[in-house]
Amino acid sequence: MQFLLLLGTPISGALLLGLLGARRWAPELNIGVSLVTFLAACALTARVATDGSLLVAHEQFFIDPFNVFLVTLTAFVGLTTSIFSRPYMRVEMAHGRVSARRLRLYHSMYQLFMTTMLIALTTNNMGLLWVAMEAATLSTVLLVTLYRTPASLEAGWKYFILCGVGIAQALFGTILLYFAAEKVLGAEGVTALLWTHLNAVKGQLEPTVLGLAFVFLLVGYGTKVGLAPLHNWLPDAHAEGPTPISAVLSGLLLNVAIYAVVRCKVLVEGSLHSALPSRMLMGFGLLSVVLAVFFLWRQRDIKRLFAYSSIEHMGIITFAFGMGGAVANFAALLHMTVHSLTKSAIFFAVGHAAQKAGSQLMENIRGLITLSPTIGWGLMMGSLAILGMPPFGVFASEFLILTTAMREQPWAAPILLTALGVAFAAIFGRVQPMVFGETTAKRLPHPPALLPVFAHLAIVLALGIWVPPYLADWYRAAARLLGGG
Amino acid sequence: MAGTPWDLQLLNLCASLLLLLSFAMLAQRRIVTLVNLLAMQGGLLFVATVLLAWRTGERHLYVSAFLTLALKVVFLPWLLHRLIRRLQVYWDTEPLLNIPGTMLIGLLVVVFAFGLAQPIAALANTATRNAIGIAVAVVLLSFLTMITRRKAMSQVVGFLSMENGLFFGAMSATYGMPMIVEFGVALDVLVAVLVLGIFFFQIREQFDSLDLHHLESLREGGPMSDREH
Repeated sequence: MQFLLLLGTPISGALLLGLLGARRWAPELNIGVSLVTFLAACALTARVATDGSLLVAHEQFFIDPFNVFLVTLTAFVGLTTSIFSRPYMRVEMAHGRVSARRLRLYHSMYQLFMTTMLIALTTNNMGLLWVAMEAATLSTVLLVTLYRTPASLEAGWKYFILCGVGIAQALFGTILLYFAAEKVLGAEGVTALLWTHLNAVKGQLEPTVLGLAFVFLLVGYGTKVGLAPLHNWLPDAHAEGPTPISAVLSGLLLNVAIYAVVRCKVLVEGSLHSALPSRMLMGFGLLSVVLAVFFLWRQRDIKRLFAYSSIEHMGIITFAFGMGGAVANFAALLHMTVHSLTKSAIFFAVGHAAQKAGSQLMENIRGLITLSPTIGWGLMMGSLAILGMPPFGVFASEFLILTTAMREQPWAAPILLTALGVAFAAIFGRVQPMVFGETTAKRLPHPPALLPVFAHLAIVLALGIWVPPYLADWYRAAARLLGGG
Repeated sequence: MAGTPWDLQLLNLCASLLLLLSFAMLAQRRIVTLVNLLAMQGGLLFVATVLLAWRTGERHLYVSAFLTLALKVVFLPWLLHRLIRRLQVYWDTEPLLNIPGTMLIGLLVVVFAFGLAQPIAALANTATRNAIGIAVAVVLLSFLTMITRRKAMSQVVGFLSMENGLFFGAMSATYGMPMIVEFGVALDVLVAVLVLGIFFFQIREQFDSLDLHHLESLREGGPMSDREH
């Protein structure tokens, strides 16, 4: 029941917002739909916490400790982003950057995007997972090009083609997975793509085919994670789309893509009995971290800066999942949570800051602290949090990842540490003058919604100081489920 | 191939024709013909699927065959032709690599594809396992088509042809994916083309052309316009 509500709400919201069109209260309806989705997710979580994992709709969907926390996180960030987008999009409309008709497209696609992500997270069928991931790309292409500027069209085209080709590789990987599974689970093919069934027989799956499948799946879903060298679409799509979309792309879509990679890794590792999948994840992860840090120095656009920071963090998470084992998995899950909350909070602050300054170029954004202390402090705290300053949650997860790396993969630890140091210098050096410099800009017509920024940062702070026992149990259960190491 | 039943021979013929069509696409610069080639590819897929369905008696293959017919032979080519007429894009400009050069790379790609498919084909127990190599080759050749073209429309045809190759691969390795997945994939392809249709008009409105060299300003380190709000 809660499950039906979880998927049914955003999809009917998308239809409703599409049909009703450009009403004055469309943003409020958007928030309402997101709120119901979030409540449904909470109810579902409560149920899973008491009853354990559950399978729905002929086993096509399932909820286990790994995906339930991501479902709640997705619904939560979806809700706060819709709250942020209300004043943000009103200002954009006042500036004449979007028309009422495009706003209708925006709201409808936003809910559709939420639906596809929730389907991708909860489906048990590896084929449906692919379908949902592709649908998530399609529903955001038109959002990236919402402003119809030449740059945004280019970003949208790049996003579509790169992710389309990438995801086609993942389809081939899925076909290979099905090919291997069919031999074990029977030719009827009814259960041969269901993750729970595959997981039960993963030891018997043909290793050569699964190894090949994993290469394709990793390249395919890795493109969506933004792993180097397939990350090209990510900074463009983040910089050129509306800021609420940057926030959900960075905070949610990347998480969902990593989720898909990890689900595949669990299966392949069980079949291969070798370190190949782990090594590949660690390699791609480390490469992304290093490359992203290099590019951080060259950015002039504030949204591109934080997009590259997302690539860096996705690299760290991928690396941690690659190391495997209880502690690294725990740290990776924690990092997924805190990165998602912090990065979306930063994008909220950045969105308002760019609107105030009238430009996304960092040299034009100055003196936020005098213009609006809340935006200034929001951006400052968010940046400090994402850079891994204690006592924020990112510090806790990065600390765990680094110490595990020192113990298990000593060669990688210095690279990671250097990269984090360089990233700190690059980002902090730019955020500081933006927040504290001199300014002449004037106030905005609509008051910004800063509640989401501070709500996210407060949670990240709380997670850095104290992870509540039920949440810790939950992470531990998920980490056990992922195994490896 | 003495001793091979006629339907299997026909299937192998379809597979070879698919490969031939991929090469034809690689060499073709006229966009209308490119779309026709894509429709022919769809037609071959339909024939192959029906043959396979008849041979194996798997009923769900008939469903996916008619899905192919409706979507890939009738609807998508019709939509693309309409787009071509509305947008007036008939020719692709000189590809990034000249055509003989592309063909040579294409040959190497086919050899590579067969090498890649070898371990899979060795494990397959379907009657069509020889075709797996061809399917992989079609996917890679379509990829090559996408890389070497400049016009958005040719890239999309390459993209759809890649999907055809994947579909053929799934069919020859496992007699198709579960029905629910196939419906999902078909839906995604349909939506992708619709989204692209809208997208093309946006590009066109902005640049007055569908040539992708306009879309090259976002390179790292390249000149970046100050994006004022």
